[in-house]
Amino acid sequence: MSALQGTRVVELANESIGWAGKLMGDMGADVILVEAPGGEPSRGYAPFAGDEEGGESLYFWHYNTSKRSVVLDLDKPAGKEAFLALIASADVLIESEAPGRLSALGLDYDDLVKAKPDLIHVSVTPFGRETSRKDEPATDLTILAGGGPAWSCGYDDHSIAPIRGGGNQGYQTASHYAVMSALTAIFHHGVTGEGQFIDVSMHAAANVTTEMASYFYLIEQQTVIRQTGRHAMPMMTMPVQVQCKDGRYATTGMPPRSPAGFGALYDWLVESGLEDQLPEAIFLEMARHRESIGFADIGVDDEVTAAFSAARDALQLLAENSTAEGFFEGAQKINITVGAILSPEEAYENVHFKARGYQVEVDHPERDAPVRYPGAPYKLPASPWRISRRAPALGEHDDEVFGPLGVDAAKLAEAR
Amino acid sequence: MSRNDPPTHWSGHIAPNGTALGTVRICDFTGQLAGAGATKWLAAFGAEVIRIEDPVNQGMWDVLRNMAPFIDDRRGPDYGGGFNNHNVEKRGITLNLRTDRGKEILTEIIAKSDVVSENFAAGVLDKWGFGWDRLREIREDMIYVSNCGFGHEGPYGQYKTWGPIVQAMSGLTFTSGLPDREPAGWGYSYMDHTGGMYMALAILFALIHKQRTGEGQWVDLSCTDAGLSLNGPAILDWTVNGRPSRRADSPNGNRSAYPPMAPHGIYACAGEDEWVSIACRGDEDWALLADQIGEPWAKDEKWKTLEGRIAAQDELDEKVTAWTRTRDKFDVQRGAVREGVPAAAVQKPAERIDQDPGTEEFGLWPEVDHAKMGRVRVDGLPAHFSKTDWKIEQGGPCVGQHTDEVLSSLLGYDADEIARLHEEGIV
Repeated sequence: MSALQGTRVVELANESIGWAGKLMGDMGADVILVEAPGGEPSRGYAPFAGDEEGGESLYFWHYNTSKRSVVLDLDKPAGKEAFLALIASADVLIESEAPGRLSALGLDYDDLVKAKPDLIHVSVTPFGRETSRKDEPATDLTILAGGGPAWSCGYDDHSIAPIRGGGNQGYQTASHYAVMSALTAIFHHGVTGEGQFIDVSMHAAANVTTEMASYFYLIEQQTVIRQTGRHAMPMMTMPVQVQCKDGRYATTGMPPRSPAGFGALYDWLVESGLEDQLPEAIFLEMARHRESIGFADIGVDDEVTAAFSAARDALQLLAENSTAEGFFEGAQKINITVGAILSPEEAYENVHFKARGYQVEVDHPERDAPVRYPGAPYKLPASPWRISRRAPALGEHDDEVFGPLGVDAAKLAEAR
Repeated sequence: MSRNDPPTHWSGHIAPNGTALGTVRICDFTGQLAGAGATKWLAAFGAEVIRIEDPVNQGMWDVLRNMAPFIDDRRGPDYGGGFNNHNVEKRGITLNLRTDRGKEILTEIIAKSDVVSENFAAGVLDKWGFGWDRLREIREDMIYVSNCGFGHEGPYGQYKTWGPIVQAMSGLTFTSGLPDREPAGWGYSYMDHTGGMYMALAILFALIHKQRTGEGQWVDLSCTDAGLSLNGPAILDWTVNGRPSRRADSPNGNRSAYPPMAPHGIYACAGEDEWVSIACRGDEDWALLADQIGEPWAKDEKWKTLEGRIAAQDELDEKVTAWTRTRDKFDVQRGAVREGVPAAAVQKPAERIDQDPGTEEFGLWPEVDHAKMGRVRVDGLPAHFSKTDWKIEQGGPCVGQHTDEVLSSLLGYDADEIARLHEEGIV
């Protein structure tokens, strides 16, 4: 039994919270996507299946698995009435309407609890419902810029603008917090039978998701500065990315941590026939025979300083002479923590993810064959993650959702 | 979902005390951010989180205990600023698991806990004799959530990671950057934060499952699985259309992949390293921004449609930059936002923490009491609950700060016994 089986979630369609609804739907919740006539705008976002402009949006497909769709015009009295009937049948509402819109419609938390006293209402807005910035417009980009992440991301060359990470991570981060909130409230409801209103701020979510940038300021009033492919820190640090033989990049991560680790690195260099290109390799061999070696002795003990420097150079040389994935596996086998910088499709086709069953097939009855999707972000064997259906067509489930609620076809026609 | 009867099988306080998770007890081995971040959320909502740490190495399983930033000149495992930030509202005890007595005490704590959480490398807990089979033996309805970079199963199961490696291997580093340059990546461990969130989600899903069925389970969480899931549309473009993300025009900096928008970028402003982001969602946004710019070029027909703006995006970005470059970033933000166009200064930490009503009015930076550091500000949580809101008042535990209290109040040990355990180096 999936963890949220039997829990009904009403999602007022909005691109910024589609991810939150999917996370709950894929864990068994009955997620009902309420769309305005004409449909959620992200149905029109590229990329499209078969690259047919205006066709089926893969963006919409991804964010709306395991959901059912109904169409309601909340500006019409019949639409409101049907919405209240739906809320009365629901456990959770998640929405990202502009502050003030739901109360103007008479559909905010205070109104909704009359239909469903123990409702859990999760509101996700750019600046929260109450702050003085609440009416400012925002997108994923402006959330990441104003909220802190962008300041820390980009290149060593500061004449280049900060670069925000791709893929709507500002919306997705807010969605993670929205689902953590919903689940916390669902658990509480399970104990007390009580619902509540939850106010999630995307700006706040970005602000507390910047790691050291925030707490170096909070504690030392220091300002971190961005650096290519590595942590923003108060000072510039040494580069970590290397271009490999196949043109892809690797991140060299951490040096060895023990004498044996230095020895293993030396052996790898020899096996690769590269030791002649690095005269300093001798310091790796010397480090192998020490009793211990640690960062603390860098700059104190010349031999240790030289060994860490040689390890850095050795890793760079090995990376340059290998494919990115070959370098990753070679280093990890001797317990050195490095990574290959894979594109999403390279990771998706990678042997490890495949072996974990990460590729899943989802049936699309309208197509000749199932479609491969990203798989489970977590594996709960007793309450498994599963995509229960492809993203819904607009209003595909009007009748089956509203029939049992006593909203008949005539009323529905008025409601949309 | 109506379940008004008080539960009988929970380990914590039966009365929820106005907290959402007050009935839950967690035996916590997590460290760093990817693990400790998860239990921070749960503790702030009232779960009793008991950190188990090693008395011999002074809790340094979690290296953040003695890492910068520091509040003053004091150093040591009780002074790491990051550790405090991630471990507020938790209790901390020490237990020497090399000893049989230490293992017995751990067994007693586990028997009284709903959840065991850890983010060691795969297999570490098992080596100590507390793998899944043993945990289930101690408590049949146990929830065990392990969190590591590649999960416990699969060809890379023994490989080690930290945030930047997870990001590299799951497509996230790649998708941040400019064409024809090396990846820009993430300037922080995005996947330590996010891995912690998935760990919190996994624990919460498992708690709800147990609440409804009485059943526990082991969740083998792999941070790279979670990370790869954050690239959904790009993966479907690959599986359906065969279009890779590794191609000439991708990744493309701050430009919008889906849906297309222009201008959409981060533009240089007056001053050194000052920037503003602007996103025109459509023709109306552009018309409003063009009014703000107020220069003849901005009214050109060529820019009126999205098609036209996309077609000459490089030129448009140059022109917008020429306009922003002489202006204060907050002036550009205010002007655009007043007209309803999304824009935000790239805020530095001081600006967003100390000068931003969007965070201050939200109460986002609570100050905690730390036993040795005193009053310290930390990251709060970005959600407020009308009935069971979070509480962050107590700082992260010093090494062994709550050992005696947990031994006496949870396990019922008397003072003599506790003194003996200290003498023998068990705690």
